[in-house]
Amino acid sequence: MVLLLIPTVLKAQTKKPVIKTSTANTAASSTNTLKASIGRGKAVYAKYCLTCHQVDGSGVINLNPPLTQTKWTLGSKTVLIQQILKGSSGKIEIDGDTFSNTMPPLKVLTDQQIADVLTYVRNSFGNKASAVSVGEVKSVRIKVK
Amino acid sequence: MKRLLLILVLALVFTATNIFAQTPDQVKIVLPTGFSSDVIAKNLDRARHIVVNSNGDIYIKIARVRRGGAIVRLSDKNGDGKIDDTTRFGNYGGTGIGIKNGYLYAASNTQVYRYKLNNNIPDTANPEIIVKDLVAGRQHETKSITLDNSGNIYVTIGAPSNACQLQDRVTGAPGQDPCPLLEKTGGIWQFKADKKDQSYADGIRYATGIRNAVGLDWNNQTNTLFAMQHGRDGLQDYHFYPDSVSVELPAEEMLEVTKAGDNFGWPYCFYNQVINKKVLNPEYGGDAKTVGRCDGVKSPVMAFPGHMAPNGMLFYTGTQFPEKYRGGAFVALHGSWNRAPLEQKGFLVAFVPFKNGKPSGDWEIFANGFAGKENITTPNQAIFRPCGLAQGPDGSLYVTDDTKGYVWKISFSGK
Repeated sequence: MVLLLIPTVLKAQTKKPVIKTSTANTAASSTNTLKASIGRGKAVYAKYCLTCHQVDGSGVINLNPPLTQTKWTLGSKTVLIQQILKGSSGKIEIDGDTFSNTMPPLKVLTDQQIADVLTYVRNSFGNKASAVSVGEVKSVRIKVK
Repeated sequence: MKRLLLILVLALVFTATNIFAQTPDQVKIVLPTGFSSDVIAKNLDRARHIVVNSNGDIYIKIARVRRGGAIVRLSDKNGDGKIDDTTRFGNYGGTGIGIKNGYLYAASNTQVYRYKLNNNIPDTANPEIIVKDLVAGRQHETKSITLDNSGNIYVTIGAPSNACQLQDRVTGAPGQDPCPLLEKTGGIWQFKADKKDQSYADGIRYATGIRNAVGLDWNNQTNTLFAMQHGRDGLQDYHFYPDSVSVELPAEEMLEVTKAGDNFGWPYCFYNQVINKKVLNPEYGGDAKTVGRCDGVKSPVMAFPGHMAPNGMLFYTGTQFPEKYRGGAFVALHGSWNRAPLEQKGFLVAFVPFKNGKPSGDWEIFANGFAGKENITTPNQAIFRPCGLAQGPDGSLYVTDDTKGYVWKISFSGK
């Protein structure tokens, strides 16, 4: 497990300069948009998520769920957006372990920040899943009061 | 450019640590001269607290039920010094375990059970419920236990909260005042060790204002209860100090309960080991220096750096170890997760020397290397995380790991 996770961190670390060059480029291909979103999302992650979910997304046993390839991270985007807007106060079960620490709601994040951080998480730590758009966040936020 | 360099350096560090990462069986526990360690059991799953009976049988409480039971009994039947018999019982996960006056006690997250030991064999078919219906929240839900010499059992009931805020773990959200959680949690309760079906109404809130004390032990010399508190998280988000100082706060506290009702201040106070004072928490108007209502709240007898998670505690009463260790306290530090952006710390067994019932020097590292490598940035990188401590009849020290279920026996030979 440890051996598997470390190369992921390594990849995330070395990837960064590539992201920089691609954002500097004005070519607005969808790949570059994705990379730019991942780059911004990484900064949001470092500020709001990293302490609990850890630098490599591996979480903390019993407390904070991992964001590595789980059905949650790769699953419904609506659920993930709600999770950020409403926080979590339930037990999350992953592979027979339960994670039950409180996650504070992060309503203060903008739609763009939420889209970026989820896009980053869904494309880091070994994950490969579709990006989350600002529009998707907006439509969930309207329903979450 | 500077950033690029930093990233390259980080990449190199990660590559290097990756190459040197060890397999569980390659991990070498580092001990003071004259001590040695042996792995006596492995892959027991989440091995939490441990106790050794006077005949040498080892009992370990496992956090969850696997392979037919969450209490493991290890015996050396033929007396060759190696475990040759492993049995399991108890259909409940948990942490606390203890032996007193011919009974084995074990705790789930809501109850305490006991089993009569008939000729050192536990009567597993007839567990008695000693304490029941305890609060088990979504955090700090495990129950640690210890027993005194006057027929009492002490049970940790952790607070299901970080700092009793209205909105838990929201930086800046105010604390509830008074904190309603203190009524049934956030302390250590005393019950009768031989009375069935007790709950809150039958017990005494023996110590309060303790967020969560996982390491507990009764000190036979002082005849008092000692507890290791897990301090609050997230203090660094208030930026009272630079990160390098903030991540060390608050102290993980070694507490001595000298009389029933002692108050250690959670959630209103934390121990700031930079200025050696109990000070107000920011959720209650504090700035890491203001004392306010924390004046008169009991301070720890020893302060450890923040977040190292003291999960086990044991006063050494044997004579196998050198003079220096006799009467002192071993503390198993599970290792931190709440120190970002700095590296994680702990993953070791510490020692605190005692003289006349008081610490006679600073804490020191006794057993190290459990993590399997240096520069741990997330707790999941640690190969082992020390959790429980016990002393064998020959004065050896036992240590459990709750990631893979390894158990070490540490002995002193003087060589």
